[in-house]
Amino acid sequence: MELKGEQLACNRGGREVFSGVSFNLPAGEALVVTGRNGAGKSSLLRMIVGLVRIAAGKLVLEGGAADIPIAEQAHYLGHLDAMKPALTVDENLQFWTGFLGARRDTTSALDAVDLAPLADLPAAYLSAGQRRRLSISRLVAVPRPIWLLDEPTSSLDAPSQTRLAQLMREHLRTGGMIIAAAHGAIGLERARELKLGPA
Amino acid sequence: MSAFASLLRRDMRLSVRVGGGALMGALFFLVVVSMIPFAIGPDLALLARIGPAILWLGALLASLLALDRLFATDYEDGSLDLLMMGGMPLELAVATKAIAHWITTGLPLVIIAPLLGLMLNVDLHALGWLALTLAAGTPALTFLGLIGAALSVALRRGGLLLAVLVLPLTVPVLIFGVAATNAAIVGSAPFGPPFTILCALSLVSLVLGPIAAAAVLRHGLE
Repeated sequence: MELKGEQLACNRGGREVFSGVSFNLPAGEALVVTGRNGAGKSSLLRMIVGLVRIAAGKLVLEGGAADIPIAEQAHYLGHLDAMKPALTVDENLQFWTGFLGARRDTTSALDAVDLAPLADLPAAYLSAGQRRRLSISRLVAVPRPIWLLDEPTSSLDAPSQTRLAQLMREHLRTGGMIIAAAHGAIGLERARELKLGPA
Repeated sequence: MSAFASLLRRDMRLSVRVGGGALMGALFFLVVVSMIPFAIGPDLALLARIGPAILWLGALLASLLALDRLFATDYEDGSLDLLMMGGMPLELAVATKAIAHWITTGLPLVIIAPLLGLMLNVDLHALGWLALTLAAGTPALTFLGLIGAALSVALRRGGLLLAVLVLPLTVPVLIFGVAATNAAIVGSAPFGPPFTILCALSLVSLVLGPIAAAAVLRHGLE
């Protein structure tokens, strides 16, 4: 399986954000997208899952299930956590696993991000880092080959960053792909880099 | 569990939890309708004559009350992105949210309407018919309101826009809803034709509402 972007261009609000961006990402590899603020890192990730229109260029997933759109084979971890404060930690995760069509067992996924003891707490009482970990648990609970992570380490403490790096390595080892937008290191030793915008 | 059931359950759960709007509509309905007799005075004949119209107006406003937050909360916390990516067609996801909204805000209105009818001196035997017309008509209000709810997210404007956009669309529902109720009470005109048209309006909006709302969301959230 290989994800290929060819000469991608992006327009937001009538202004060109980037153009001529090409990359290819084979299974089991990670790509770190870097660039200054406004270079289009988030836009590129959103483009891959179809939330931003592709202005020019082509995006193909080779060797995957051709009839399933890329968006349904990918996880998008954006700046927002997509968790409801009024629901408990477990109810939030149960909803997403049910909606995304995966197994019902959420305990092991919560365990993977060290949130199992807080399963019955309403998400309103979580700290920013804990909420982040809750949305990461969605990636663990529902297996999908492509992970798109927008600043995945933001608001995570050092042990949680290490834990995330472990999860990412595990995902790559089982043939997954990761595209991460980041300013700093995300804890992966071997990662390709894609630089957006002028140097 | 299927995506449909998960989303339905989540939205119903959210609306009965703290901060959800499940009972707000019913309470608003109760307050508005119980204020009317104070304003109009103790003229029972007049109340009986305008009762159905007041109940329908109250239900109309109450069912639009909580609607503007339908997509706004999902937009603000990022859930909407994932709903749009998910394995379920956006039209269906939007319709599911509307069904959950109707069950938690529209259905309580239908249930308490006969009780409020008593306060407006509506004939006892007509109360059942009143509830029936509301049950047939309120889904149309919710599904028409969907379009406004989607627009208020896409255009990033609040609840007033919803009222301005949606209220004109609900005029036919109001006309045939009140006509059917009056026919049932007074009996001077047949009940069938206005009631069938009311059902038709509901069915049409059941189809068109989600399609329009999904198109608005897709286009607006680029």
